[in-house]
Amino acid sequence: MNTTIGVLALQGAFLEHETMLRQLGVRPVEVRKPEQLTGLDGLIIPGGESTTMGLVAERWGLVAPLKAWVQSGKPTWGTCAGMILLAERAIGQKAGGQPLIGGLDVTVNRNYFGRQADSFETLLHVPVLGEPPIRAVFIRAPAIVEIGAGVDVLATTAGRAGEEVIVAVQQGNLLATAFHPELTNDLRWHAYFVSQVTHHASSIVPGA
Amino acid sequence: MSETNRLPVNGANSHNSQNEVITGSFAVKVGLAQMLKGGVIMDVVTAEQARIAEEAGACAVMALERVPADIRKDGGVARMSDPRKIKEIIAAVTIPVMAKARIGHFVEAQILQALGVDYIDESEVLTPADEAHHINKHKFTVPFVCGARDLGEALRRIGEGAAMIRTKGEAGTGNIVEAVRHARAVNGAIRQLHGMDEDELFAFAKEIRAPYPLVKLTAELGRLPVVNFAAGGVATPADAALMMQLGVDGVFVGSGIFKSGNPEKRARAIVMAVTHYNDPQILAEISEDLGEPMVGINLDTLSEAEKMAARGW
Repeated sequence: MNTTIGVLALQGAFLEHETMLRQLGVRPVEVRKPEQLTGLDGLIIPGGESTTMGLVAERWGLVAPLKAWVQSGKPTWGTCAGMILLAERAIGQKAGGQPLIGGLDVTVNRNYFGRQADSFETLLHVPVLGEPPIRAVFIRAPAIVEIGAGVDVLATTAGRAGEEVIVAVQQGNLLATAFHPELTNDLRWHAYFVSQVTHHASSIVPGA
Repeated sequence: MSETNRLPVNGANSHNSQNEVITGSFAVKVGLAQMLKGGVIMDVVTAEQARIAEEAGACAVMALERVPADIRKDGGVARMSDPRKIKEIIAAVTIPVMAKARIGHFVEAQILQALGVDYIDESEVLTPADEAHHINKHKFTVPFVCGARDLGEALRRIGEGAAMIRTKGEAGTGNIVEAVRHARAVNGAIRQLHGMDEDELFAFAKEIRAPYPLVKLTAELGRLPVVNFAAGGVATPADAALMMQLGVDGVFVGSGIFKSGNPEKRARAIVMAVTHYNDPQILAEISEDLGEPMVGINLDTLSEAEKMAARGW
């Protein structure tokens, strides 16, 4: 089957996701307007500045359609800023708050790992992706500080004080990573998401 | 050379198998620039302007004491901003904060790194501190952006450790012509690389005075090995979209916003123009009724000595 995955292209590193999807034989579609969500099997919300993406999404009437998209149960993956936008609750927002899409029952701390001086790369052990450990690039990264009952933890890493913090989760068809698989050459995260999308699409009876 | 061989695009970095935390790597430096793509970085001189920029959707702000138009008008030596001002701006917003150091002034850069800025612009808009040497940017954990007029200059800066490039344009003029010239020069040279054999690449590297490994990498990628923004003269949403259609990854706006009649509205419109740069219908809608743009300067009236783009080598 032909899987089509949208990449929210309001701002940020959307081209990097598209490159990786193409390497997996998936056709990416850039989403800037509500009508571009039609016909997609899955959606990636990339890294970038979540405040910028939220404001642009609001201006072009994308917030409500994106909420409806997530609520419909279609597979959606947020990386870094995308994870913040998918979170039900975010702390450390700009004065006056920022528009969120929500759906993922977690609380994120927006700049948990600090400023650029604290940006880092490391290796993560991710059971759903198997061995070897996977390289992860964290840029002014958020972390998940609280999860709801239906949320599975996929990966943790050491926080600034050495404590274990959650950096990747899954809740049904929602996937969220605090880091940027699109900045590496390892296709495993994208392959994992594509498999979720393919599985979901094949479970829907055509025409139903 | 080890650093240049490690240039990542989609992060083509080798990595040791230790489960350690690495900060300040080239992938991490380039990574932040990748997150800024498709966005607008706005010059601000106060915390209040920084808040307006963030509210308008800027993906980062550039903290400075005077915008280029005022530096031009006031004359004198332009230096790094007062650290207090930079700290106020950092405290006011959640988006990344950049700041400018003079060309070759590595101590200003050390101070900016100590203040915790997210990116340093080694900028020709300030008065150069060294007439022969740019800052050795490999020595810093904070990433640098540098201006360039052509491919050779861009690759020399990347060779020195710049993790992001921007056109120089001609700052503080509100005139896009130089930014267009510089973007076209870079893109044109990259197109020339296409189809050259290795012998020709060696000769071309020598001709444009650029490190050979970076010339070769650029030829393989068909683009600059780091993120490339437009800067210097962007005053309208149409200017921003023009630069995006010419192939840059995002846009810096200096004097163009806070020297215009309605900064909030213009800032917002330029942000929208960078997202929808290929959609003339939307560009028409957002370009409407923005108030007075900054007063531009016709470049024919500037003497060579007044042109900032000629600073740096």
